[in-house]
Amino acid sequence: MPEAFQALTSKAVVLSQANIDTDQIIPARFLTTTSREGLGKAAFYDWRYETDGSPKPEAVLNRIDPAERRILLAGPNFACGSSREHAPWALVDYGFQAVISTSIADIFTSNALKTGLLPIEVNQATWDDLAAFPDQPVTIDLEAGEIRRGNAAPTPFTVELFARRCLLDGVDTLGWLQARLPDIAAWEAAHEMETA
Amino acid sequence: MRETLFDKVWNRHVVTPETVDTPGVLYVDLHLVHEVTSPQAFSEIEARGLAVRRPDRTFATLDHSTPTLPAGADGERPYVTAAARSQVERLEANCARHGVRLAGWDSDDRGVVHVMGPELGLTRPGMTVVCGDSHTATHGAFGALAFGIGTSEVGHVLATQCLLQRKPKAMRVTVTGRLQPGVSGKDVALAVIARLGFGGGSGHVIEYAGEAVRSLDMEGRMTVCNMSIEAGARAGMIAPDVVTIDWLQGRRHVPKGEAFGRAAADWLTLRSDPGAVFDSEIEIDGAAIRPMATWGTTPDAGSPIGTLVPAPRDASDEKALAYMGFAAGEATTGHPVDVVFVGSCTNGRLPDLRAAAEVLRGRKVSPGVRMLVVPGSEAVRRDAEAEGLDRVFIEAGAEWRLPGCSMCIAMNGDFVAPGQLAVSTSNRNFEGRQGKGARTILASPATAAASAVAGVLRDPRVYLKEAVDA
Ligand code: SF4
Repeated sequence: MPEAFQALTSKAVVLSQANIDTDQIIPARFLTTTSREGLGKAAFYDWRYETDGSPKPEAVLNRIDPAERRILLAGPNFACGSSREHAPWALVDYGFQAVISTSIADIFTSNALKTGLLPIEVNQATWDDLAAFPDQPVTIDLEAGEIRRGNAAPTPFTVELFARRCLLDGVDTLGWLQARLPDIAAWEAAHEMETA
Repeated sequence: MRETLFDKVWNRHVVTPETVDTPGVLYVDLHLVHEVTSPQAFSEIEARGLAVRRPDRTFATLDHSTPTLPAGADGERPYVTAAARSQVERLEANCARHGVRLAGWDSDDRGVVHVMGPELGLTRPGMTVVCGDSHTATHGAFGALAFGIGTSEVGHVLATQCLLQRKPKAMRVTVTGRLQPGVSGKDVALAVIARLGFGGGSGHVIEYAGEAVRSLDMEGRMTVCNMSIEAGARAGMIAPDVVTIDWLQGRRHVPKGEAFGRAAADWLTLRSDPGAVFDSEIEIDGAAIRPMATWGTTPDAGSPIGTLVPAPRDASDEKALAYMGFAAGEATTGHPVDVVFVGSCTNGRLPDLRAAAEVLRGRKVSPGVRMLVVPGSEAVRRDAEAEGLDRVFIEAGAEWRLPGCSMCIAMNGDFVAPGQLAVSTSNRNFEGRQGKGARTILASPATAAASAVAGVLRDPRVYLKEAVDA
């Protein structure tokens, strides 16, 4: 059962580059795992570490305290590329609880929502405003559907309604789908000939 | 109500319709599984004490973490790491425990998941096909609705054979006119993506239509649909026609005899009704498409071979050019190529290997270039060897390997070394995709082979006698 998403107040890390793909978020060589745990060390690995494994001192993600910055403010078309759910697993294990961008790839959005990582799409003006004040804590209020920064006017955002309910109430999506099994069985009985 | 092809296939699979509050429940006809995105899904359903609901609609293969070099004298497969080995063994165990058919090491059917599925006739028109893999769109070439899902959703399908989905939007990309000789499905795909932009298909299912698309063989259509995700689209589809039906007839899981006739008649109804409305429409002049190559680190950063690299639009373009070692205003045809890779679910099928072999026959891979040819499946390997294509590659100086994803994703020990420049028939030129620090140019099999011979990126038409640039 996923934990319910609590309102989040945190500073942001800004990675403004466009098209940060899933191979940047977690390089493929870390995908041979059979577990979903402990992938935070692989998050943005090639951005954070030299070929010999030593940390790159200039890398933003090596200079911050992840516990202080739970929001990733990312450039457009974030997490394009593969369907690997390892990408949100790695980001959550690193410490992120929300990603804000002007556009986020479809499959990643679906995967993130199932991992308890909140993906939020905002317009460019909001993005620019947040990027201008990365050191000021921002509150993401999922219940109210608002992003609040200091005294600035709150910015509304939307999340697909079912995913929102799942996050707020900790609804287990697989359990919910299993509750539809009678409908599924009935559908199969009616359609089996057609699709077999 | 005039329906699109996508509407028709979608509507056939709605178990419960979506509402404002909840997504619809969509039935999945075929669930393809591989070793990388499935272990955590099997663990999840087992932790809940659940079984695979429809093992008869589930089919697995080993492809991503598998070595492409043969087992040693001791019978040991040369896995790149112990983790790769245990991932493969985990899928073998999961399939055995849940009664899921697996095209494993001992199977003549094993192949890259999106090469194998159609080959066996598992993929058929009108089906819904999913896999924990973003290139699942490949199967849309048959008029199936096929899309990639994450590992949580793999668990949902294993346990319920269904997914919770909201219906995406529909886009039609019409490629008109007749393709020039030497221009392949890959060039069409790269031209479409360059036009749409990397995120241009986001939230959409793309239907590819038009004379140029119709003129492609099934393998070329699979190449086009395969790369839909590189424009951000969930899926790509092409309406079935006589080419589709001829290709499918006689394949193992395709109905036989009278049942085939009935199925084929139904398949031909799967086309967008005249006047069906799409959320967006794009038209591209197919006759104007030339052999394409990418110059940046996103698949949309492509242009006809020999054209000049455009001036960067933003910091991301600048970073891409710095990574690739290319300068705005230059042609990328002057840079020495270190590696050429022919393979993947985009271009690892028999006609792809034939196109590469046609260029290589009687020629040599340039000294200093390492060329790897990796068939997409055991069936492709058998057919290619029966035609002697393996000899063509080996005599030219290329390596001929066992089927798998190989250098497309560089998980199995086949990789491009840091800083090396590769011309690759795969689908992603992301930083580090083919190995840490690897620089990737995406192109067609003919272009890859021509570049191997020339030692630099080269338009294949210079080697193809019948090709004349209009
Ligand atoms: S060949 Fe490449 S794109 Fe295709 S399934 Fe394998 S890794 Fe993915």
